Amino acid sequence: MDQTKTQPVPLWEVFIRSRNGLAHKHVGSLHAADAALAMQAARDLYTRRGEGLSIWIVPSKAIIASDPADRDMLFEPALTKPYRHPTFYDVPDDVGHM
Amino acid sequence: MATSSIAVNETPHTLYVLRRADDALVLGHRLSEWVGHAPTLEEEMALANLGLDLIGQARALYTHAAALEAAGNDEDRLAYRRDAPQYRNLLLVELPNGNFAHTIVRQFLYASFADAYWRAMQTSADATLAAIAAKAEKETRYHLRHASDWMIRLGDGTAESRARSQAALDRLWPYSGEMFECDAAERGLVNAGVAVDPASLRAEWDARVTAALAQATLARPAGAWMQTGGRSGRHTEHLGRLLAEMQHLQRTYPGAQW
Repeated sequence: MDQTKTQPVPLWEVFIRSRNGLAHKHVGSLHAADAALAMQAARDLYTRRGEGLSIWIVPSKAIIASDPADRDMLFEPALTKPYRHPTFYDVPDDVGHM
Repeated sequence: MATSSIAVNETPHTLYVLRRADDALVLGHRLSEWVGHAPTLEEEMALANLGLDLIGQARALYTHAAALEAAGNDEDRLAYRRDAPQYRNLLLVELPNGNFAHTIVRQFLYASFADAYWRAMQTSADATLAAIAAKAEKETRYHLRHASDWMIRLGDGTAESRARSQAALDRLWPYSGEMFECDAAERGLVNAGVAVDPASLRAEWDARVTAALAQATLARPAGAWMQTGGRSGRHTEHLGRLLAEMQHLQRTYPGAQW
């Protein structure tokens, strides 16, 4: 391998769970050479103010993203179907808070 | 007009705390020098975080030293109003950062010791030192992991990173013996249960260093001759410059706040 050329450093996506019972939430991305260094970088970049109890890291290339060009096809049909929202149903008094 | 230095009444107990405080402050300051210069943004934050941990440890230790001395000094006066010959830190921590490999190897050598040291100090007869140790141990455990992981990758990386890591190790090795010194003043504190006998940490340090160097494919330097002097105020030329920069504001405008 040609060692004089710097290899591109992989990109990682970082997810932090801030409290028990909550879901991991995407907080940002970072560059790191491997998983162990990515974990340390995530800790150093994204939990400095006590934000987290748990970190998930995913290689950015493992994420399959929707194509912005498909936006109309994928998402617009849902906009005309408001009856899918639960707001059309009367909640019986006995149910209490939902 | 520069403000003059304070005199500190160094009883064995005060001196002992001051030595550890100076280690933490000087190394923390060295790490802060990387801000704006680190190889990547991620690592810049990491080094700054390590530095802030160390400066936090220094603050707690200075406050304790000032309380032990009970002469009206405080953390700021101890940090900003002593000259190099009054500083009691290890020579290892005052050495310039050099390249990234040099900084990482220095951090590794220190953290390998400090991690074992703070863990042992949690049972100190000095309750304040034991409490500081409990906090410092968690921080230092991470410093050790970060420095080890980087040293292993640099050593076992490219020919260039390996050469730089080995050169750093060869250069820094003679400064590692000072961590295990124990003079007469400290011997009394060891006997009283306040301090840990550093010799008792030697086996753990050796094992940890040997294992990490093997993973990093770096050769452990053979030389047994060790530098000394920092604990009694005989420093390298580098500490004076570090202090000149760090203390400039407080020396020029004593007690300045913002």
